[in-house]
Amino acid sequence: MTTTLRAAGDLFSGASGTGHDTGWWAMACVCGTEAAFFAYLITAYAYLATRATAWPPPGIARPSLVIPVVMTVALVTSSLVMAAAERAIRAGNVRALAFRLSISMGLGLVFVGLLIAEYAGRLRELLPQTHVYGSLFYVMTGMHGLHVIAGLLLIGYTLLRTLRGDFRAGAFGGVSVVALYWHFVDVVWLVLFTTLYLSPRFS
Amino acid sequence: MASRSAGHLDHRSAAGSAAAALDAQPAEVERLEALWKTPPNWLAWLTTVDHKALGIRYIVTACVFLVLGGLEAAVMRLQLARPEAHLLSPEAYNQLFTMHGTTMMFLFIQPVLSGFSFYLTPLLIGARELAFPRLNTFSYYVFLFAGVFLYAAFLIGRAPDGGWFNYTPLTSLPFDAGDNIDFYAIGLLFLGVATTVGSINLVVTILRLRAPGMSLDRMPLFLWSSLTTSIAVIASMPALTVALLFLELERRWHFVFFDPRWGGTPLLWQHLFWIFGHPWVYIVFLPATGMLSMIIPVFCRRPMVGHDIVALATVATGLAGFGVWVHHMFVTGIPQIAVGFFSAGSMIVSVPSGAQIAAWLATMWYGRVVLRTPMLFAIGFILQFVIGGISGVMTAVVPFDWQAHDTYFVVAHLHYVLAGGSLFALFGAIYYWFPKMTGRMLDETVGRYSFWVMFAGFNLAFFPMHIAGLLGMARRVYTYLPGLGLDGVNLTSTIGAFVFIGGAALTLANLLRSLHHGAVAGPDPWGANTLEWSIASPPEHYDFARIPIVKSRDPLWDGGVSPGPALDEARLTPQTTPLDARPDGVIELPAENVWPLVMSLTLLGLCTALLVRSGLGIALGAVTSFAAATRWMWPIHLHPLGTEA
Amino acid sequence: MSVFDPASHESAMITAITWKLIVVSAVIYAIVCMVLIRAAARHRDASATAVDLTPRPVIGVVWFGAIIPVVVLVALFLMTLTAMRRYPASDTASPVTYHVTAHQWWWDVAWIDPVPGRTFHTANEIHVAVGRPARIILTSDDVIHTFWVPQLQGKIDLIPGDTTEVRFTALQPGVYRGQCAEYCGAQHAHMALVVVAEPPAAFADWVATEADAAAEPRDSAALTGRRLVVTGPCAVCHTIRGTAAAGAIGPDLTHVGSRLTLAAGALPNNIGTMEAWITSAQSLKPGVAMPSLRLFSGDELRAVAAYLEGLR
Ligand code: HEA
Ligand code: HEA
Ligand code: HEC
Ligand code: CUA
Ligand SMILES: [Cu+2]
Repeated sequence: MTTTLRAAGDLFSGASGTGHDTGWWAMACVCGTEAAFFAYLITAYAYLATRATAWPPPGIARPSLVIPVVMTVALVTSSLVMAAAERAIRAGNVRALAFRLSISMGLGLVFVGLLIAEYAGRLRELLPQTHVYGSLFYVMTGMHGLHVIAGLLLIGYTLLRTLRGDFRAGAFGGVSVVALYWHFVDVVWLVLFTTLYLSPRFS
Repeated sequence: MASRSAGHLDHRSAAGSAAAALDAQPAEVERLEALWKTPPNWLAWLTTVDHKALGIRYIVTACVFLVLGGLEAAVMRLQLARPEAHLLSPEAYNQLFTMHGTTMMFLFIQPVLSGFSFYLTPLLIGARELAFPRLNTFSYYVFLFAGVFLYAAFLIGRAPDGGWFNYTPLTSLPFDAGDNIDFYAIGLLFLGVATTVGSINLVVTILRLRAPGMSLDRMPLFLWSSLTTSIAVIASMPALTVALLFLELERRWHFVFFDPRWGGTPLLWQHLFWIFGHPWVYIVFLPATGMLSMIIPVFCRRPMVGHDIVALATVATGLAGFGVWVHHMFVTGIPQIAVGFFSAGSMIVSVPSGAQIAAWLATMWYGRVVLRTPMLFAIGFILQFVIGGISGVMTAVVPFDWQAHDTYFVVAHLHYVLAGGSLFALFGAIYYWFPKMTGRMLDETVGRYSFWVMFAGFNLAFFPMHIAGLLGMARRVYTYLPGLGLDGVNLTSTIGAFVFIGGAALTLANLLRSLHHGAVAGPDPWGANTLEWSIASPPEHYDFARIPIVKSRDPLWDGGVSPGPALDEARLTPQTTPLDARPDGVIELPAENVWPLVMSLTLLGLCTALLVRSGLGIALGAVTSFAAATRWMWPIHLHPLGTEA
Repeated sequence: MSVFDPASHESAMITAITWKLIVVSAVIYAIVCMVLIRAAARHRDASATAVDLTPRPVIGVVWFGAIIPVVVLVALFLMTLTAMRRYPASDTASPVTYHVTAHQWWWDVAWIDPVPGRTFHTANEIHVAVGRPARIILTSDDVIHTFWVPQLQGKIDLIPGDTTEVRFTALQPGVYRGQCAEYCGAQHAHMALVVVAEPPAAFADWVATEADAAAEPRDSAALTGRRLVVTGPCAVCHTIRGTAAAGAIGPDLTHVGSRLTLAAGALPNNIGTMEAWITSAQSLKPGVAMPSLRLFSGDELRAVAAYLEGLR
């Protein structure tokens, strides 16, 4: 945002009321529509679960918690590190930004690796074609996985731009946008984890 | 009485004084012109980011789909003119009515209304562009290609044939093994991308780029509609995405969602579709009411009576529209409690519509009605929409719906609100804003004839459908038996449909002729109240030479606008705070480049690969789309001053 | 099939509501039109240019746009709830019970007898006794269909995986046409059915006849016909009780000659249409599961049709 426009006079100088640029607002809208997407998936899951007599259906074990808990820890930590990265650039620390982005990305990769491991185990007893339960399980986790991968690509892109020197203390809109998305992906996972892994234990 | 002369309905007169006040110095104008104009070559023309050019392209493309959808309807009406006619095979009829509904709902009415939003929003808020100009180029091409994709199915004789709401299991693999349904599912997923990004663009533009001083309560009512519908798209579109995703996974890879043998249910599709579908009908209706709220005050020569009520009603309709979807499923045998709840919801959602109608009538009541063509169409809208709205309330009365559901009564309802409502508002809007878009007036006499012929034809075509429905005519039947009392009403409908099409054709002729031969309009032919009439017709590339500073709701009537800075250092537009529009900086906007177009093409490739099930094609489509996106987003410093795209 | 010509308690209730709604709608519409015309005519002025900026009271908008409509809507909603609670009006004591299974594009009708083992199948035609409640259990074999006989009941879907039902009591003898109302594919238009309401005695006769096996052929032509049907392709799909024909794809033909229509209301039922149907099912009702069967000579065809028409 420039403050040195000749003709703008006082009107536009220095004003920075909301602190977020249009890119951030657009990403907020994207997160809104993606949140709705997952909300409808969860609604479908809940609707079919309440219609069923047993859930998970007979013959299909409840999902085990071990890997998913580690996944949760990885993603939450990654999100916290991302918040720290944004703090770093707010203070103008480009090197800390680069470092923390790399950590965040690494943890995201761990998450994806664990998701693959989880699938490898789960697919032995449950296929998407077996029952609507399986279909929903794979679609919900898979769609979230795709969002994590998209997030990793975005973080990678932000990292490249950091190394290029695009961000400074007063100009880091790009980082805020990615951070917002990454926190969103994290929150979605917490909701999915509760729905898919915890809720069958309480019913 | 605080009345004064502002502007003239006579188009020969010059610009009003407010307009002159926004003029800039010649040097500024020269710089702005150089900064904003689209370079004169074909690639720049193809990839332009100008919201005016793109808005008009949106509108024209959508109207081409209107003509296609109208032709489909005409053929259907010929088949239905007589009992047991053999003009069409059942398969052909089923493809026609499916494509008619899908075209009208997805490729015509929503895009045409968005087109107006893309064209008008910056002009109404005193900005120079939408917040994301290249995204606008992208969403136009995605819309165009999705339409081409759906119509490609027609060319190879395998158009979708599951009805516009495509109920499973009729559309599941065992009952519809061809590509027909895949065209529908993949085409609409693709189109959803355009609709979603277009809406995001509008939300951010309306919230962040309003001219300084244009607080939310001073914002023109059309933008309340536009904002509400855009948010509704963001919240409801994903329900359709989920439904289509499930459908394709089931059809392609034998996942289970709708098949009761493995725990699914066909009702899941219906819930997901209508959770999207009912908000959608308001998405294609609210912008039309917004248009009316712009036209009526101008042709009643006074500000809207009950402006706040109308704004509130718009938002309320958008919200309440999410709580009524089950009224499409009253006969599925779901529990009575739920049915009662959604019946109540459907009645609640009628209240804001009633308030809007009352506000328009009050504005007419206290104003001086000038019956020019846009106003005629506005009155036509009211007369027809009220019938459609009331028939909606009738079907919300559950026991009545047990009879009316899936009959021509519902067909009558939906055309009264959509064709009698939204389409009439659209024609009014065309007559009203055509001078702004082209600098020429449409012919008034032809306009009046067109209106009266359309009005007569419309009611002749669609009123008898109420009766046909109550006499027992189910919808989506390719023919009916003689002797059931249906022959007369159907013949009348067919005649009316052709009269209606004739009336619309008059407007088409009017458009084509007036484009070059219409009277010159000047900046403000109607003596109107909002900012778009303060600048040249058609507007310059940069829209506003001086950024307007707004102090009132009807700035051109009460002098509530003054010229701000020229912002001519780069492609700049001011940014303001979301609620009270205090200045909040300046943003620099990108010029055109080729990547949005490339990316829409790679996505088209991806969709085609999905359709023909080519694994290699899918991989290629995904990788190239990703590459195009990256290249598009890659920051290039546009100007030493600015931030990036 | 008119909604305005009800023949059962249930339908009569909805017709009464329909009339009320029409009157209310007409009144509301008349008011809107009157206000609109007054408003448009009050200060009409084709050359008006001046703008009137005086604020005007919005109280009229609030009254006509919110308060009065809310009152009307609350009344309509209460009417809806009471009607829903009273519907269906027919009690459940000793109803005539059927199980109807919808197929693309015909209705299999199974009579559920209180005495087990006396259940029989017929198609596209349901008989009920005047004054006695009827209960129809509904399921679908393939896609979604809707059961709808406007003069007798409000419509209800038949959804794969779900079971629904309707109840009604016919009040006058008569033949009531019904129609599948949910789009169900190519021949959705030709998926009708008839409900015949008759006096109790006639109804009892009908049940007794239908429960019987197929009638013996009465002449040599019919005898030939039976041989052709039972040994021909027909038996793959159709059942004729009392013969070797036991197919389960198409309608039960045991008493096909007694039905009012052929092929789910697509054709009237007589020798001529029967012959036409056998040779040209695909052109009379394109897309049906039954092929056009041209394997019979002219005489054979007449024999087959005569046999089937004799199955009463
Ligand atoms: C522009 C689109 C649009 C709009 C605005 C509406 C508006 C409404 N619709 Fe409609 N509807 C459709 C498009 C639309 N609809 C479509 C496309 C379908 C069919 C889908 C398909 O099956 O293919 C459909 C189907 C449909 C059904 C399902 C019918 C069925 O299939 O059985 C129902 C049932 O409740 C319904 C109700 C309503 C109601 C209560 C309103 C209300 O919002 C109307 C409110 C307006 C008024 C009431 C008029 C103005 C008010 C006054 C003058 C005040 C006084 C009035 C009273 C006191 C009553 N609609
Ligand atoms: C915006 C929505 C819209 C519009 C405008 C229309 C317009 C028309 N519709 Fe459509 N209709 C639907 C939405 C719409 N319809 C939907 C959603 C369905 C349900 C589908 C389903 O069941 O799945 C449906 C179903 C439907 C049916 C029921 C089919 C069935 O159930 O079997 C019929 C039957 O008559 C019909 C007829 C018509 C006719 C005659 C018009 C006429 O109004 C058409 C008039 C044509 C034109 C106006 C175009 C020609 C124009 C010009 C030549 C000039 C061009 C002018 C300019 C470019 C400015 N429609
Ligand atoms: C491939 C399966 C098949 C074969 C073979 C077949 N039919 Fe059919 N038939 C059907 C089906 C399915 C229907 C229901 C069609 C409809 O109405 O949609 C039907 C309907 C009929 C009807 C009308 C029944 C009614 O209640 O309205 C008659 C009569 C009939 N078939 C006779 C025959 C005769 C005679 C033959 C042999 C020459 C034959 N069918 C062979 C499947 C078959
Ligand atoms: Cu069965 Cu329509
Ligand atoms: Cu609805």
